[in-house]
Amino acid sequence: MIYDYLIVRFGELTLKGKNRSKFIDRLYLTVKEKLKPFKQLKLKKHFDDIEVQLNGEPMQQVTDVLTKIFGIQTIRAAIKVENNIESMKKGALDIIESYEDGIKTFKISAKRKNKRFPMGSDEINRSLGAHILTNTENIKVDVHNPDINLRVEVMEHETRIYGKDFKGAGGLPAGSSGKVLLMLSGGIDSPVAGYLMQKRGAIVEAVHFHSPPYTNERARQKVIDLTEKLSSFGSQVKLHIVPFTNIQLQIRDKMPDNYRMTMMRRMMLRIAEKLAEKRGALAIATGESLGQVASQTLESMNTINEVTNLPVLRPLLTMDKVEIIDIAQKIDTYDISIRPYEDCCTLFLPSAPKTKPNREHANKFEAEFPIDALIQEALDGVETIDIREQSDKTLMDELL
Amino acid sequence: MIYLDNSATTKPLPEVLDTFRIVSEKFFANPSSLHNLGSLSEEMLKKSRHQAAQLLGVKDDEIIFTSGGTEGNNLAVKGAAFAYRSRGKHVITTRVEHASGYNAFKQLENEGFDVTYLPVAKDGRVSVQDVKEAIREDTILVSIIHVNNEVGTIQPVQEIGRYLQSFNKILFHVDHVQGIGKVPLKLSGSGIDLCSISGHKFHSPKGTGLLYVRRGVNLSPLFSGGSQELNRRAGTENLPGIAAMVKALRITLEESRQHLGRLQDLQNKMRDAFNTNEHMVVHTPDCHAAPHILNLTVKGIKSEVLVHALEEEDIYVSTKSACSSKEGGASRVLLAMGVPEDEAAQAIRVSLSYQTTEAEIMTFIDTLNKKVTQLKSIMR
Repeated sequence: MIYDYLIVRFGELTLKGKNRSKFIDRLYLTVKEKLKPFKQLKLKKHFDDIEVQLNGEPMQQVTDVLTKIFGIQTIRAAIKVENNIESMKKGALDIIESYEDGIKTFKISAKRKNKRFPMGSDEINRSLGAHILTNTENIKVDVHNPDINLRVEVMEHETRIYGKDFKGAGGLPAGSSGKVLLMLSGGIDSPVAGYLMQKRGAIVEAVHFHSPPYTNERARQKVIDLTEKLSSFGSQVKLHIVPFTNIQLQIRDKMPDNYRMTMMRRMMLRIAEKLAEKRGALAIATGESLGQVASQTLESMNTINEVTNLPVLRPLLTMDKVEIIDIAQKIDTYDISIRPYEDCCTLFLPSAPKTKPNREHANKFEAEFPIDALIQEALDGVETIDIREQSDKTLMDELL
Repeated sequence: MIYLDNSATTKPLPEVLDTFRIVSEKFFANPSSLHNLGSLSEEMLKKSRHQAAQLLGVKDDEIIFTSGGTEGNNLAVKGAAFAYRSRGKHVITTRVEHASGYNAFKQLENEGFDVTYLPVAKDGRVSVQDVKEAIREDTILVSIIHVNNEVGTIQPVQEIGRYLQSFNKILFHVDHVQGIGKVPLKLSGSGIDLCSISGHKFHSPKGTGLLYVRRGVNLSPLFSGGSQELNRRAGTENLPGIAAMVKALRITLEESRQHLGRLQDLQNKMRDAFNTNEHMVVHTPDCHAAPHILNLTVKGIKSEVLVHALEEEDIYVSTKSACSSKEGGASRVLLAMGVPEDEAAQAIRVSLSYQTTEAEIMTFIDTLNKKVTQLKSIMR
């Protein structure tokens, strides 16, 4: 089945009153950007939808891109036929027959926008319905609860017949909610947290702490791959890589064993805060889930969170691990996350870190610690990666 | 030169060879090496796998790169049979498989498997009913060639796949070597568990191929060794070949739309010309046939003689399939279709690619007709 159009319909946008047109503009820009690789497409922005003319581009691949973009409720594939009943009959039957998994019931809903068309909508419904019934086996009409509702729109110069519907990703368009800084470890949770922030329209930049030579090139590549994956759901995600080796060595040498993890997190959060201010991010997001590990108990959060005044958003807070894994698999980050390279979070940590640290102790241990100097040193060494600028990757893409 | 032996192999595309050369030079490190260079090669491999998966509409980890169709068929058939032998030892295939599939089943017979070779009708097709009736309690595998390599008959694999979906314990392998880019095949969600493809049939270098293995399907590996290709295919990856093949696959699938109708027209032109020649019998069926293969017999003229006579005019065709053309004797596939033995021993195969032009086909038709008249008059 070769479709001519995809009609992209908006989600929650309808609720947004006066801001509506701003939201639609943002969504349109994202759609345009993401569909750039498909050279033959033509896009048109309407009040209720974005019309994508396929012009021979592969429908499935275009849809795969569209179903990842937030702010889209549904995507409807349509064919165009001439404004005469014979072409309409043929088109409708083609669509019905293209459902390989077999449908049992259908209905036709014709809409006649072009009032000069000689048949009324009911008449069109009956005529197309009869044509399908006589040319297929085992398919019945059901006007109340059909397997497919075949919508037909008679327009000025052509008639559109809608076939498959695809569910969009929902949420809000990229960039409609401002910027957050995501703490991205390389594990399963943090990419999911980033994805959920993007879902609500946030622009995400990621910060990753890297401790060479204890963590290697592949661990770094893993985070770059995750960043790239996240970029496919919204605008391009920038990645800031913070050199963390020295801080970890200092903590190892100067802090009590069971507080190392708590101290490490406090240092990370301080650096993230500075970076967020510099990048214009209004909040920090993490992949923490309440009680999952020692650093994610309420006591730990309370002690660690003390060092910043910025909102720390935790979209996974109440989720179970299995729920998080489900999303990770759905968004294709899971297989990247489980690549077995050590990240800095597990480096130099005791087998039993403190699960109930408190602020008083933490502050006492930090009294003599050269916090500001270490933070400044780390910030000076930040490497910012704009995935698009990586020349090897571009070369690889060109080779394929 | 008019090259009409594209089902034996195709000429690699220049841009595909560019990729082969650049990847050989630039990403020469072993993808399994720990250093940065290795990690770059691994990245290139990952990207290639991703693109192959996208093009075929499957998941990345469902692609295993192989050395070609023969390896793919062997890995699928023997790998599946050995992995699941504890479930049963009955396997089903057809009498018209390519030698690599067919002989893999012969080997399974020696290993104590019970093999059903399904018959085909005059048009070379198996019937779905026969598949249904052949299934037993202990059946573990069905393997069917999508497009036959000698005559071009298309088997009803989508229908068979749908039927087999209701059997949890039966795997379904499709040999798609001749079909790729010529006869569309949906993999994901179609009941197909394994599907082999060979690169050099679509303008990639030799020694490249891939096997689709649906998630959750186990295979017993053919090679012992390292953990490459998700533990299914040991041996350092042929990265230049892999990247080149994936590129050729992209180009092929992108261009298929503009060529398939054209190839069908060219085939029809040949059919029309040869059907009216009293000395010729076309074996490729009218319906359910791929657009790029035409198999025919010139009665009373040995196929070798015809191949060499055309060669004198710089036109290249083949006798049955390249993989069995040196064995001599009648074609197993044509015999299975009920073609008389003498006709089956005299068949030639004409196979086209996207590069074949109408002028070439018109010249070929004229030349063949002329040659046949000449040869007939000498023999009289």
